[in-house]
Parts: sequence; structure tokens; C-alpha cells
Amino acid sequence: MNFGYILRRLLGAIPLLLGISLILFAIVHLAPGGPLDMYAENPAVSKEALQQIAVAYGLDKPAPVQYVMWLKSMLVGDWGYSIRTGRPVLTEIVLRLGPTLELGGLALLISLLLAVPLGIISAARRGSKLDSGLTMLSFAGISTPVFWLALLLQLLFSVQLGWLPSAGYKSIGDGSFLDRLAHIIMPATVLSLATIASWSRFIRSGMIDVLNQDYIRTAYAKGRSERGVIILHALRNAMIPAVTVIAVDFATVISGAVITETVFAWPGIGRLFMESMDGRDYPMLMGLMMMGSVGIVVANIIADVTYAALDPRIRYG
Amino acid sequence: MVDATMQLAHLAPPQSYSRRVVRRFLKHRLAVASLAFLLLMTIVIVIGPFLSPYSFDGQDFTLIGSPGPMTAEHWLGTDELGRDVMTRLIYGGRVSLAVGLAGAIIATIAGTLVGALSGFYRGLSDMLLMRFTDVMLSIPTLPLVLLLSGLFRPNPPLLVAIVGMLIWMGTARLVRSQFLALREREFVEAARALGAGGARLMFRHILPNAIGPITVAATLAVGSAIMLESALSFLGFGIQPPVPTWGNLLNSASPWLSVAPWLAIPPGLLILCTVLAVNFLGDGLRDAMEPKE
Repeated sequence: MNFGYILRRLLGAIPLLLGISLILFAIVHLAPGGPLDMYAENPAVSKEALQQIAVAYGLDKPAPVQYVMWLKSMLVGDWGYSIRTGRPVLTEIVLRLGPTLELGGLALLISLLLAVPLGIISAARRGSKLDSGLTMLSFAGISTPVFWLALLLQLLFSVQLGWLPSAGYKSIGDGSFLDRLAHIIMPATVLSLATIASWSRFIRSGMIDVLNQDYIRTAYAKGRSERGVIILHALRNAMIPAVTVIAVDFATVISGAVITETVFAWPGIGRLFMESMDGRDYPMLMGLMMMGSVGIVVANIIADVTYAALDPRIRYG
Repeated sequence: MVDATMQLAHLAPPQSYSRRVVRRFLKHRLAVASLAFLLLMTIVIVIGPFLSPYSFDGQDFTLIGSPGPMTAEHWLGTDELGRDVMTRLIYGGRVSLAVGLAGAIIATIAGTLVGALSGFYRGLSDMLLMRFTDVMLSIPTLPLVLLLSGLFRPNPPLLVAIVGMLIWMGTARLVRSQFLALREREFVEAARALGAGGARLMFRHILPNAIGPITVAATLAVGSAIMLESALSFLGFGIQPPVPTWGNLLNSASPWLSVAPWLAIPPGLLILCTVLAVNFLGDGLRDAMEPKE
């Protein structure tokens, strides 16, 4: 582990996060109506009250002052109050994080369990009908609209066959393991589609690179079976390049969660985002956007650091 | 001596770059089929609305209430407002494809400019532009475009611009790496010695040499733009009805999923086929324009 490198990456994330916060602040600041739009549309809120709220939130101050105030309070964990529910933004987000982590975790598990074998088979049978079939499938996986697949699965498994509940986190009055499994299986499958497709490609190309190396020929020469060579010698090194896509796919999963959670009425942060969009809940939207962005920045750093640690040939300056 | 002539005869006759690209592209059967599909679809969506007896927002008031089934008059049925689904699908294709193309053009121009300035001038401008690219890559795209669309309620042209301005980052990084490599080549040195200025070096001398990767990236950007706009419209924050797009057709079909599943299948299938064809086309262009040795 190169702690100097990790420290440099963490320090490098500071200007990045400042840039992100500046862009998000500018968007909300420039939006017509501004942060108090929801109150302004409410006839029960008088002009004077509106003015008071504006002063209380510091919205009468110049934009740069507001930005610094906002940034300071974000840093100490004071993310403001949701306009819709009146509860603290951070509390609300933490409450909704659980279901998203459950869904995302299962989706990543499914992706890993399917993508690794598919990538290995493709690479081992490179150029075969099977390989080109899997290539076609991964193209189709990347090109399928997530929301359409969600509707099709609902149509097949809920409407036609009646096997799975069409939406929700658990049944009312139930919530046993099987009941929750029945609810999570469709959204998790939908969410994993894109990552299965892209990861299997990366495993395949990583595997093909590794299989051409001298040490693999040595392993064959000493009499190991193909299966032994691939699993014991090649797989570990073939997985290394795939680490780099984790960061990119973290962003995909966040965007995918917004759609998937909306279609399947899954009570996570993706759905919270859409609910906040409908209510123009600015503090909540800002909090969610910042959290998603921090997640992507952190995923990037983790991916790079892991890559550097796994592959001793990589030395970042 | 004989050996040398044999070797010379063995070499392929010199062919122009574009001829070689076309020849290699035609070998890629999937890409050719995809191109044919996209051309056919373009023809259908351009002339289709003229041939249809219905307009995209024309209502048959006898069919209002719930979606109508597929009949001889309405091949793909009618929606709950008594509008012909096939006409809306074809017209929606115009909108979706136009958004995809325009969004990709904007993204390609923006990405090429950022990448070119970054790779050509290096130093401080490179640092600043690439940090900006990193910032844009770190904000989740779909939530950001939802936020912009929800807060600013943009008209369709502005929406297309927003879509384009959120998917240029890959192109910028690609163009930058091309420019970093190409600016060191002798022909750039020669042009500089002849007195060519920065803009001329960048766009007259270096850019044409990077056109292969840029074309591939632009093609793939069409797919990203179509997908992003569809997702946006599906969630109700894209182009608004009555103007149909494939995304908002799916949005209005979803409440009727259990009673009228025939409404939900065609728009998604068209998005899938179009984006798939675009991706195959991009793959074929990559093989044709940047052959691996």
C-alpha cells in the first residue's frame, strides 16, 4: 500500500468536490423562482413571511456569501431541512439509504456471479459461435433501455404469470425473507443488466491479454488442465483491468437506481430523488446530488488505489 | 534482385485511406446491416407521417377512455385519448432520432474543442479544462439532467443542448490524447515552421488526423443521447406530450401495462434496435478506421 499515493488522491479530490459544489449551487441559484419557489406558490404564505424565511436562510445575501455559508454548513453535516417533510435532509437520506444499498448490493453480486463466468467462457472460446453470441448479447445489454426491461419483466412475471409482486419493498403485514426476496429480485436484475454486459467484456479482454503471456504457456507445459490454468493462474491477473470500470459503473448504478426505484416503487434514495423533484425540494435535491457525486469521486479513488495495489507494474508519479 | 521484385509485387497496391476504410467497413456485416436498418428507419420516420391518415395528436373521440386494440384501421391500436399509436410511434421516432443526432453533434463539437485546446496547449489550460471534465464526470448524469430539466423547464431545443452538454466528456478525453500525440509529429513541426498559427495547426493539420476516433465517438454519442432523452421523457421530465417521443410514449403506456401491454412493447423495442444499431455501427467504424495491427 502506497500511503503517499492515497493521500495525494484524497487531496486531489478537494478541488474536484469544490468544483462540483459550485456547479450544483449555481444551478439551484440560477433556477427561476429560486429555492423558495415552493413557498412562493403557496397562497397561504404571505409576502412578509416569505421575506422572513429568505432572511432566516440568508437568501437575501449576495450569491458568493450564500455559497460559502452553504458550503460551511454542508461540511459540518448541517444539510438543511426538507421542504416537503420538514425533517433534516441528512436524516431523511440516511433512512432511505438502506433499501438502495440492499438493491445495489444484490445487483452487484448478480453482476459479478454472471459476468465473471461469461467473460471467462468468451475468452477461452475466443472466436467461436458462443463467443460471438455472447458479444452480441452484451451489446444488446448495453443498448436495452432499463425502464423498458423493467416494464417487460413486470408484464411477464407480475401481470401474466403472477409469480412476483410488481412493485414495493415488502408486502404489508409480511416482510419475511422470502417475501422481500420476491420484491427485490426484479429490480436487482434490471439494475444489474448494464454492469453484467460491461464487466463481462472487461473480463474477456483482460483474460485474452493474460492468456497470451509466457507464464500461461509454462503452466500448460507443466501439464495443468485448461480449467486449472484459467482459474488458478489466469483469473487473478485478468480481473485487474476490470477494477477500473468499477468507478464508471458506480455512476451507472446511481443513474440506473433512479429509474429502477421509480418503476418498482422501491423506497431508496433514487425514488427519494424523484419525489423531491416533484416537490421542488431544493435542500433535498442538493443533498442527494452532492452525495451521489461524492460517491462517484470516492469510487474513482478506490478503483485507482486498488488497481495500483493489485498491479505492481503500475507506479503513479 | 528477383526476390526484391517478388516482395514488391507481393505488397498490396496503394489505396487511398477512405477506400481502405470503406473496404474494411463492408466486411463488418453487422455494421453494414445496422447502417441499412438506420437508413430504412430514417426513411420511414421522414415520410411515414405524410402517408399516415392520422396526425400525431389527432383524436378519434369514439375511442376515448381506454387504449384500443390493434385493428385494420389502427395497426398498433390507439391510446387512451383515441390517438393512433403507430402514427405517434413514427412521429416520436423523428423526435427521438433528431434529439439523438443533435445532442451528439453538440457533444462532439464541445468535446472536440475542449480536447483540442487541452491537448494542443497543454500546461495551465490543459489542467483547468481536464479538472472541469473530471468535475462533469463526477456528477451523476441522469439526476443532473433531471435537475436541470425540472428546475428550468427548457423548451425542446434547449433540452437537446443540455443533453449534449452532459455527454461530451468521453470525446474530450479521447481528442486530448490524440492531440497530445499528434502535436509532436513532424508534419505539425513543418506547418509551424511555415508560419501556421495555433488555430490553423489545430483544425487544419491535427484535427483531420484524429477524425477516425472522433467519428466513432460521435456515433456512440448518438446512442447515449437517445438513451438519455428516452430515460428523461420516460420519467416525465423530457419533451412533453402531446409531442410524442419513444420515451414519453412508454411513460404514458406504463399505467396501462396490465390492460394494454401492446402499447408498452413497440417504443422500447425501437429504442433498443436503434441504439443497438448505432453501437454496432460505431464498432464497425472503429474496426474500419483504426485497425489494430
